[in-house]
Amino acid sequence: MKTPRALAIPYAVWVLIFTVVPLGLVVGFAFTNPDGNITLENIFAMSEYMSVLFRSILFAIIATVICLLIAFPAAYIISRVNAINQSTFIVLLMVPMWINFLLRTYAWMTLLESNGLINRLLGLIDLGPYSLINNSGAVILGMVYNYLPFMILPLYSVMVKIDHSIIEAAQDLGSNKIRLVRKVLLPLSMPGISTGVIAVFVPSVSTFIISRMLGGGTNDLIGDIIEMQFSGNSYNPHLGSAMALVLMIIVLFMMSLFNQFGSEEDVPL
Amino acid sequence: MKKIISLVLALALVLSLAGCGQSAGSDEKRLPTEEILESFGLDPELFSDYDYGRFYGQEITLNVANWGEYMSINDDEMTDVNEAFEALTGIEVNYKTYASNETLYSKLLSGGATYDIVIPSDYMISKMIKEGMLEKLNFENIPNLANIMPSFLNPQYDPDNEYSVPYLWGMVCIIYNTTMVDDEITSWSSLWDPKYEGDILMFNNPRDAFGIAQAYLGYSLNTENHAELDACASLLREQKEIVQGYVMDEIFDKMEGGSAAIAPYYVGDAVTMCEDNPDLDFVIPEEGTNWFVDAICIPTTADHDNKEAAEMYINFLCEPEIALANCDYVGYSTPVTQAYELLDDDAKADERRYPSDDFLAENTEVFVNMSDEANAYMQELWTQLKVDNSNVWFVPIFLVCLIAATIAVNVYRARKKRRDSF
Repeated sequence: MKTPRALAIPYAVWVLIFTVVPLGLVVGFAFTNPDGNITLENIFAMSEYMSVLFRSILFAIIATVICLLIAFPAAYIISRVNAINQSTFIVLLMVPMWINFLLRTYAWMTLLESNGLINRLLGLIDLGPYSLINNSGAVILGMVYNYLPFMILPLYSVMVKIDHSIIEAAQDLGSNKIRLVRKVLLPLSMPGISTGVIAVFVPSVSTFIISRMLGGGTNDLIGDIIEMQFSGNSYNPHLGSAMALVLMIIVLFMMSLFNQFGSEEDVPL
Repeated sequence: MKKIISLVLALALVLSLAGCGQSAGSDEKRLPTEEILESFGLDPELFSDYDYGRFYGQEITLNVANWGEYMSINDDEMTDVNEAFEALTGIEVNYKTYASNETLYSKLLSGGATYDIVIPSDYMISKMIKEGMLEKLNFENIPNLANIMPSFLNPQYDPDNEYSVPYLWGMVCIIYNTTMVDDEITSWSSLWDPKYEGDILMFNNPRDAFGIAQAYLGYSLNTENHAELDACASLLREQKEIVQGYVMDEIFDKMEGGSAAIAPYYVGDAVTMCEDNPDLDFVIPEEGTNWFVDAICIPTTADHDNKEAAEMYINFLCEPEIALANCDYVGYSTPVTQAYELLDDDAKADERRYPSDDFLAENTEVFVNMSDEANAYMQELWTQLKVDNSNVWFVPIFLVCLIAATIAVNVYRARKKRRDSF
């Protein structure tokens, strides 16, 4: 049956207006200077910020790996309980997401402060105070906390479709637990993993509010530097666009690399 | 089909127009000024006899852009300034807020928003004047300029006083927690005191942060000398080792909650913080400080038909009781003489909120706009400070690894494919 193409028009128009045109503007800004002349200056100026870019990527990778390590067993457990419990777990997972992301990050601030809730509780048993906030650990914690559901949900939706008999078959044939995960669960949940990794990595690498609130302005990420070019004291949309463009290209590159691993794993099936 | 759609659209238009007509038309007759003022708890005696009613019923809308939490609105215990203006003039106020001078600047520049009234700070006003972004005001429509204290007229950022009317002002102070700080704080040097390591907060914007280093080192706050800026940057880098964090509005939670001991901030906000936590106190450092003024302006992109109404709004903000309400709500100092006189004696006597003219002249400096070149240089130093550039080689190596990995994966897959095909 032929799909009527007309149905795609609303989305195509949407993409054109809100994705293609802005992207074109970003490219246009990145290669011009304030006088409107074409220049490569902005791209060269990027080199100064490369260490921040690298740090952002590193933080995002760490956050993604932690998310994956937490989400994989969690999603598996949720997918193996009965249907009513499954929906309960999923609702529990979603409830925090109904609260605005900024507020949730503020809540972490009150928890982690040097006289915040955690340190006060530790103080009761004569521990601490530890400095939990304004360091890179707090920033990564913020990323993991905020983006974990984006990893669990796609993993769960893939795992829930894995027939339990496949797992039983593997066990009957004498596969131990590690082998079961490596040879059966991991390959079967690969589509969920790659969706989840993208859903966590991309917002993590470009975040600026988490690093500002939990990093205390001492752990700036590339998102902060880009934001500063648009609404900070250094008003320079041209440099900001160049940064955004370079970031976009690197992320695209990493994603395509990751997808190649992903499809590679798919082959044995 | 087309006919039906156009019919529906036409109907919708007619209905919405009728709706508008009704809402404005229902209270066509304006109450006497005294009654309106009294209903807002304002004293007609203290109000000028300016004709606020002349646009009544003309359905004018003014787009006002101001800093967040910077006007007495939406507080049940205080006069709602915008509602009072709407009732008095019949002009609707469409109130929007912004977070920084630069956000406002970029919004005006990109043409993304049309504002009839904006309230930028001193250095941004001089930048906007230079770039022709502000409209000259017609002071015949703003007789209340006479209420402004003489020391605020013809300021450095608007030397002929053609473009702006001061709104609120203040200085930069050191706010500290008396339970966590033992010595008497008098100098910026406390912000560099290793004793308070991990308990110091600092401004998270270059102009204010450099301003403190400049005041500490005795330079002009508007210096464009690279050597002086370099000296400030190295001082700030020294401070970075003992700083807990770089903050702006987050300071309220951190100081009030006792998470940090000492920080520089704006006096008006320090007043608010001290009200919430009595352990806090603030001081104007002896080396001198920044004196800032936020002033009301009309951008050139504003709707020209609304200019007189916008000037009416400016005049209204300079009415003593209105200025008083704003000053009470925000905590910053007012430049309106009569509003100052209406303040309680404690506030009036507070040298930190209302210093003498001599003090302002001798110990403070207003930011003016720096040249683009100096601004860019300061920005560069600031970014270097915030971004530790110790390992520049990481990224090229990282990129090379990435490319190598891509090639390796592709080669591996190609070989595997060939193997599988046998």
